Amino acid sequence: MNGSLATPEIVLALCGMGILLFGVLRRGDGGLICSMLTIGALLLAAVLVAGGAFGLAFEGQFLVDPMSVFSKFLILAAAILGVVLSLDYNAREGIGRFEFPVLMLFATLGMMVMVSAGNMMSLYLGIELQSLSIYVLAAFARDDVRSAEAGLKYFVLGALASGLLLYGITLVYGFSGSMDFAAIRQALSDPTRVSEGLIVGVVFVIAGFAFKVAAVPFHMWTPDVYEGAPSPVTAFLGTAPKVAAMVLFLRVMVGPFGHVLMQWQALIEIVSVASMILGALAAIGQSNIKRLMAYSSIGHMGYVLIGLACGNAAGLRGALVYLVVYVFMFLGTFAVILAMRRRGQAVETIADLAGLGRNDPALAMAMAVFMFSMAGIPPLSGFFGKLYVFLAAVQSGLWTLAIIGVLTSVVGAFYYLRIVKVMYFDAAREAFDRRPASLSVVAAATGLFTTFFFIAPAPVLDAAQAAARVLFG
Amino acid sequence: MAMIGLGHYLVVSAILLVLGVFGIFLNRKNVIVILMSVELILLAVNLNLVAFSAALGDLVGQVFAMFVLTVAAAEAAIGLAIVVVYFRNRGSIEVEDVNLMKG
Repeated sequence: MNGSLATPEIVLALCGMGILLFGVLRRGDGGLICSMLTIGALLLAAVLVAGGAFGLAFEGQFLVDPMSVFSKFLILAAAILGVVLSLDYNAREGIGRFEFPVLMLFATLGMMVMVSAGNMMSLYLGIELQSLSIYVLAAFARDDVRSAEAGLKYFVLGALASGLLLYGITLVYGFSGSMDFAAIRQALSDPTRVSEGLIVGVVFVIAGFAFKVAAVPFHMWTPDVYEGAPSPVTAFLGTAPKVAAMVLFLRVMVGPFGHVLMQWQALIEIVSVASMILGALAAIGQSNIKRLMAYSSIGHMGYVLIGLACGNAAGLRGALVYLVVYVFMFLGTFAVILAMRRRGQAVETIADLAGLGRNDPALAMAMAVFMFSMAGIPPLSGFFGKLYVFLAAVQSGLWTLAIIGVLTSVVGAFYYLRIVKVMYFDAAREAFDRRPASLSVVAAATGLFTTFFFIAPAPVLDAAQAAARVLFG
Repeated sequence: MAMIGLGHYLVVSAILLVLGVFGIFLNRKNVIVILMSVELILLAVNLNLVAFSAALGDLVGQVFAMFVLTVAAAEAAIGLAIVVVYFRNRGSIEVEDVNLMKG
């Protein structure tokens, strides 16, 4: 029993409650100051995560290992950038209420618990804390019917996913006799204990996680929710929760269910191939850029799942590196999307980007970097994300996955490059409003990361390697 | 008369789960019915947990059932709040009206 391992989470929870109290007691509009306090709390949590030790706490419910630390840094970075992205948007759209950053903070706390889960119970509670906060965030623009509809859809499908996941957990519990990851792994190392009921449970768990990471065939909520939710929420929703759910997915499949790899590997391959193909094909016809990004993120999750399908340390490393690269590309793209405003009105069709190359060369350059990177063009970071995943697939003999991955990224390049073409070569439209400094900072930071990742990829690679090694002894 | 064993509980809970899932996908009427279906799924889960817990002689399942109950309450509260927000904007909670964005 070593409760001090959970210090970052405990401090973050206390800060969240403190900021909530502060916001309630303070009269008037406290949106900006609460956002600042939230950023401070998240930074404090990042410092505490960096200074923490490794080990197990609360009877194995909570574990801190290189994998959880790696993903906590990524989640906290995404959350901080998400709060920064929301600063200007919320004030302009009149949704700058103080609950917004507090909900983001609690969602982040849920994600940190998720990636540290060592037991089905902490897994479930982390997922629910995260999901319940984000249901509210998706419906946060409560006078906008599209946001309310997005919240409703996300809530219904999210609740269904949680139900399926839980049902799977109960079957796994019943047929393996434990909720603890290590104990389940121990039980399943004996092939005679692997029964049909257990495999059904594993399939339910996979379905639940596929919902949470928005992989085909459980992706149908993604485009609607991404389009309807306020843009900063979409930016957050597409990054941090996906990282948390994907890391947890990797941990659960490779850890407790590692010995039944043969049973789930084919399933993950199918989900991965279907996600890549749908992400590439369905995005072609989209005119709304947020909807396009939803399909793009479905495709990206397909690539990450290739790493899981490999079922070895190299695949896991590839998946983690891909997640890092993906988070910064996605947030950067949304910084540009948030800057798309004409006369105070947010616009979000791809055609609205026409002429950006002349009107705002710096922003157009940033967008071009993100699009080229998503298309996987070297030397941008997106290329390296794909490289390590495909490399692991080829080394594991999963040629089909690697070939389909390359083909779908060629198809995907079509619509990413179309955006670049619209920005630079289409007849110019009226210029956007002056962009706020917060968006410029995020776009510049993520753009620099995406562009110069190739110079020093070693820290990310080493951290991912260390994280992957934990699960494979 | 045969004893009621683990198998019976599992069958009942599987039926509840299927009813809940079908309630979400086949229901064309009202969003409140969807909320009830979600609760049905969570009840199926709880029944499973308690049955397994008794069969295994392990208390963890029952502790988990308590957590699920608590979270289900929070989930219902948030779900109803979102339905209210939706109703104020749209003036209807018919499932067929939830179609502003096609997907």
